[in-house]
Amino acid sequence: MEVQGLPDLSARRSRLLGPGDRRGLILSTASTVVVLVALLAIFLLAPGSAQVRHTFFNPADMWQSFVGNPKAGYYSVGAALWLNIRMFVAAEILILIAALVVAIIRLSTGPVLLPLRVVATVYVDVARGVPLILVIFAIGFGVPALQLKGISAQSAAVYGVAALVFSYSAYVSEVYRAGINSVHRSQVAAARSLGLSQWASMRYVILPQAVRTIIPPLLNDFISLQKDTALVGLLGAIEANKAAEIYSDTVFNYSSYTVAAILFLLLTIPLARFTDHLIARDRARRLAGAEQ
Amino acid sequence: MGRTDGVFRPGEPASGSGEAAALRIEGLRKSFGAHEVLRGVDLAVASHEVICLIGASGSGKSTLLRCVNLLERIDAGTIWLDGQPITSPGVDQNLVRRHIGIVFQSFNLFPHMTVERNVTLAPMKVLGLSRSEAVSQAAELLDRFGLGEKRADYPDRLSGGQQQRVAIVRALAMRPRLMLLDEVTSALDPELVADVLDLIRELAEGGMTMLIATHEMGFARDIASRVCFLADGQIAEQAPPAQLFSQPSDERTRRFLRRITDAGRL
Repeated sequence: MEVQGLPDLSARRSRLLGPGDRRGLILSTASTVVVLVALLAIFLLAPGSAQVRHTFFNPADMWQSFVGNPKAGYYSVGAALWLNIRMFVAAEILILIAALVVAIIRLSTGPVLLPLRVVATVYVDVARGVPLILVIFAIGFGVPALQLKGISAQSAAVYGVAALVFSYSAYVSEVYRAGINSVHRSQVAAARSLGLSQWASMRYVILPQAVRTIIPPLLNDFISLQKDTALVGLLGAIEANKAAEIYSDTVFNYSSYTVAAILFLLLTIPLARFTDHLIARDRARRLAGAEQ
Repeated sequence: MGRTDGVFRPGEPASGSGEAAALRIEGLRKSFGAHEVLRGVDLAVASHEVICLIGASGSGKSTLLRCVNLLERIDAGTIWLDGQPITSPGVDQNLVRRHIGIVFQSFNLFPHMTVERNVTLAPMKVLGLSRSEAVSQAAELLDRFGLGEKRADYPDRLSGGQQQRVAIVRALAMRPRLMLLDEVTSALDPELVADVLDLIRELAEGGMTMLIATHEMGFARDIASRVCFLADGQIAEQAPPAQLFSQPSDERTRRFLRRITDAGRL
C-alpha cells in the first residue's frame, strides 16, 4: 500500500526559486516575467532606444567585430580574447605563488626575519593603495625606459602581467593570511608535537585546511583579475577590449564593446560555477566519509 | 648535566650520570603574562613508570605537559629526557618532539585527512618511513585498538572516543619514548570514556612511560605507579596512589580529595 500525502523530501530545490510548491513556482515565474517585460518596455520605449540599439547592439557590427577584418583595419575581438586568457592564466599562477610567499613572510615570527616582514608589509600597503591603472603605466612605460638588457624589450602583455601580479599578489596574500589564521592553533600544536617542522606543518596540515576556506574569496579576486586584463590594452596590447576599441574607432559603432562584454561574461561565469562545484564536492566527500 | 652540544641523542644515557631517569624536571617555571602558572616544579619519571597528575582546574597540569613537549617556552628550570637536557638553547625541538608523544583533550586530529593519513603523516615525513612501511604500521596499530575498519574514514565521521583513540595511535606511530596525556577523556561523553581508558591501561601494561593529567581519580588510583598533586604551581604531594588517596599528608590534597569525594567522583 502506498503512503499518500507525503511530500517528496528527496527532491532538490533550487535555492534561486525558493520553496518548490506549485503555487510558489507560478508566483515566481509570473513575477520574473513581469519584471523582465517591464525592463524591456522601458528600454524599447525610451526616446533614444533606436539609436542605442543601433550603436551598441547592431547584430551586423557585433558579428563583424567578433570575426575581425584586418584589411578593413580592425582585429577580431574573439581572437584578441585569447591574449586575455593567456595573460590571466599566467598571472594567476604567478600570483598564487607570490602571494603565498608574502603571506608566509608576514606570518613568520622569527626575529631574524623582521626586515623581510617590514618589506612585505610595506609592499602590501603600497600595492593595494596605488590604483592598478597607475601600476600598469609605471611598469609598462617605466621598465622599457630603463633600457635594461633583456628586461626592457618585452611585449606589452608581459609588462601587463607583471603589473597585474604586483597589484593582485598583495590582495591575495591577505586572503591567504586570513585563511591560514582561520586554522585553529591546536592544529599547529598537534602537527609540531609529532615532530613536524614548521614548514612541514604548514605544507601538510595548515595550508590544505586554509585553502578550503579561501577558495571563494580567491575566486572572487580572480574574476576581478580576468576583467582587469582589459586594462593592459592601455599599453597597446591587442586584447579583447583594445580590439573592440579599434573597431569602434574604425567603424564608429560601439557594438564591438558589447561583444567584448559578452565574451568576458562567458569567461567568468564558468569559473564561478567550477568553484561552487569544487566546494560542493569537498563538502560531500568529507560528510560521506571516504570510499577510496 | 649531560651533553651541551645541542645534539639530542635519545636512548643514550648521558655519560657519567649513572641510571638516568626517563624524564627529569627541575625548577620549572612558567608564566603567562603576570600570572605564574608553574612556580618551580621538580619531578623525576623512571622508565616504565606511569605518573598521574591531579589537581584543580588551572593548577598547571596541562601547562606542565606542554612545557615537557616544548610547546611552551619555559621561563626557568631544566628538563632532561634520558639524561639529556632538552630545554637548553640550540637543542633541535623537532628531534625532541619525535620522542615525546602528546595527546590533547580535544583530539586535534587533522580533519582534512583520513584516519590512516593522520597516523602515517609524521612517520613518513619525520621518520622517513616509506608509504608502505607507514601504512602497514598504521594498520597494525589501528587493528590492535579496534579501529581497523575506520582506516579510510575522515575524523568527523568518528565518535569522540574513536577520535581520541586515533589520536593516541597517531602519537604511538612515532614510537615515542614517553607519552603525555592531557585530560584525554575530559571532552568525551561518559559512555565513551571506558574505551579510551582501556587503551591507556593496555599501554601501561606494555611498559610505556607515561605522564597523565587526569580528572579520573578512579583511573589514576588503578593505573598510576605514582600520583602527583599539583597546587599553587608546584607538586604539593606525590605518593603511590594507595597512600595518596587514603592518607594524604598535605592539607591542600586533603581538601581537594574531599571536594572530589563530595561530588561523588572517587
